[in-house]
Amino acid sequence: MTADGASAPGAAVPEETVPEETAFVQEVPRGEPILEVRDLVKHFPLTQGILFKKQVGAVKAVDGVSFDLMQGETLGIVGESGCGKSTLAKVLMNLEPATGGSVRYKGEEISRLSGSGLKAVRRNIQMVFQDPYTSLNPRMTVGDIIGEPYEIHPEVAPKGDRRKAVQDLLDVVGLNPEYINRYPHQFSGGQRQRIGIARGLALKPEVIICDEPVSALDVSVQAQVINLLEQLQGEFNLSYMFIAHDLSIVRHISDRVGVMYLGRLVEIGSDAEIYDHATHPYTQALLSAVPVPDPTARESRDRIVLTGDVPSPANPPSGCRFRTRCWKAQQRCEDEVPLLVSPSWLGGAARHDSACHFAAEREVGQGAAERGNGQGAAGPEDGQSPD
Amino acid sequence: MDAVEVIGGGRESLAPGTPLLEVEDLHVEFHTRDGVAKAVNGVSYAVSAGETLAVLGESGSGKSVTAQAVMGILDMPPGRITSGRILFRGEDLLTMGANARRAVRGQKIAMIFQDALSALNPVLSVGYQLGEMFRTHHGVSRKEAREKAVELMDRVRIPAAKQRVGDFPHQFSGGMRQRIMIAMALALEPDLIIADEPTTALDVTVQAQVMDLLAELQSEFNMGLILITHDLGVVADVADKIAVMYAGRIVESAPVHELYARPAHPYTRGLLDSIPRLDQKGQNLHAIKGLPPNLLRIPEGCAFNPRCDRAQDRCRSELPPLVPVTGEHGEELVGRRSACHYWRETLHG
Repeated sequence: MTADGASAPGAAVPEETVPEETAFVQEVPRGEPILEVRDLVKHFPLTQGILFKKQVGAVKAVDGVSFDLMQGETLGIVGESGCGKSTLAKVLMNLEPATGGSVRYKGEEISRLSGSGLKAVRRNIQMVFQDPYTSLNPRMTVGDIIGEPYEIHPEVAPKGDRRKAVQDLLDVVGLNPEYINRYPHQFSGGQRQRIGIARGLALKPEVIICDEPVSALDVSVQAQVINLLEQLQGEFNLSYMFIAHDLSIVRHISDRVGVMYLGRLVEIGSDAEIYDHATHPYTQALLSAVPVPDPTARESRDRIVLTGDVPSPANPPSGCRFRTRCWKAQQRCEDEVPLLVSPSWLGGAARHDSACHFAAEREVGQGAAERGNGQGAAGPEDGQSPD
Repeated sequence: MDAVEVIGGGRESLAPGTPLLEVEDLHVEFHTRDGVAKAVNGVSYAVSAGETLAVLGESGSGKSVTAQAVMGILDMPPGRITSGRILFRGEDLLTMGANARRAVRGQKIAMIFQDALSALNPVLSVGYQLGEMFRTHHGVSRKEAREKAVELMDRVRIPAAKQRVGDFPHQFSGGMRQRIMIAMALALEPDLIIADEPTTALDVTVQAQVMDLLAELQSEFNMGLILITHDLGVVADVADKIAVMYAGRIVESAPVHELYARPAHPYTRGLLDSIPRLDQKGQNLHAIKGLPPNLLRIPEGCAFNPRCDRAQDRCRSELPPLVPVTGEHGEELVGRRSACHYWRETLHG
């Protein structure tokens, strides 16, 4: 209402109406969520019997994941194998139908879309796969691979312009445009990943989901591909969801980082909040286990070595899923599922979303188990009452 | 049998300071349809008891082929060892008879593979596979072998070993399978273990458990360990000395601390620089330009020259030998070697 008066003089400026008409997609200002994920669930049924299939259980690959992907940002997702990070990517792309929850792209619910609506959304969310050896069809030329998205979305590039569009894309990702008639086997791993990226860019998407894009590449080539992804992000104003298990690469490329364990996000925050002020025990253990490429740190490292393996996602522990491997676990962790919220008893950079009843920063040099005993004073209820 | 006795002499028989294993100027080629791929071109290294040598390199650098030649499990043909010697306790493994070689393999030198699921036999129980070592090499009964297997599984800390000894490989998790691989390698208490990317297929939290176990067992038995990997982080954690391989050659060797602090070869420097660091956030990573070489067409001169920022005409024509490097004032740097014409500039510049 008050804004009306303020915008009235602005309406006289002619430029303001022009982009309104030409924009096919509605603009989302930087800092607004482009992808909103709420309580996303993906269960794979476990069945018994051949003719009369009876469901006997479910692999809870993704079990209640919520986050926002902001316009122009890179959200890193880390976690060990089997934690559901790749399934999450597939559900976001609607390659696998979600069991429950919602995914909204610019405010539009995509998990219930079908037909032309789904097609339009998929154009704007593209994916770069992990293995450049299996994700490119060996019988197609590079030109056909990168140009294939245009067959499905002919409106992006008219038929006559496609060859030129593909050559431009090859140029953008740092490959020689004359390679358009070559086959994937004539390229090295790093070059193939560039082809995969070019294909992802073909439809001028707004969001690219990168599922372990460099883990199959040689160390000396990984940095090249990371640099390319960062350069493209600036050039095309892309939002990335960057799924990887290499924590140092994720930190380098991400604005925010989410940590997954057994189908749930256990902690999410800015890269500094996660890497320097982690409050969830799993994040702390994960970070401490990463081998540091510095031999002088060998003696001074304060490593948390977790016992045991990740439990089966078909039968996850009750309450907090990490409790079976956690040194802080109490009765409460068994009874009550911790929510992904900012712990009220923490301040500063430590106050970011963390799904732990006893979230606390790690004090280096102090026995981790000791701190778990101080939980009575640090519990959320107790923490709130004095305030 | 005599050969076995000679080689198999007690652990103490080795004079102190003598390397357990010496590889001297090893050359390995593969004959392929497209020509001869020169996988290993004159590699020399040595490992002593209780020492950890890390062989660092990318795929195709020849690090695994060298290990396979040491172990005697190279596919021949298409592979061929064209020259060189592999001395284990002073005996050349390459000129040894097949039976003597077999006695060394497993008993004296054991190997841990990257992918435990494909290295284990899926249709035999792990207890059987572990016990097989004792039945073949020591001729014990099935019952005894099974007891030994349980003992081994206990030692690598597999929970409920007694109940799980009859389980098959697919019933174990990745970390547990790798423990079984380690148990199998340790079964006959070898003097030397070759671990080819032992933790690459594992998650970081499990990787830490497995590396700790390996290091602990190594010091317990005073074994030599050759760790083959591409992971600069793992190397920094466990190695005593490092050999960096590129296109079938060692381009730099050094004690671990010195290599990370001051690399003497542009390739090593490039690898270290390409690790994302905190202060580089938002900037480009220092990538090594170009691609690893095709082994059918290794570049003339220094194999790294097309990717090197320092490359001069000399690098394109003259193969740099692996020479000892010295400090700024000409002082000796123990154990440091570099195969770069311009190591002085790389190290001190």
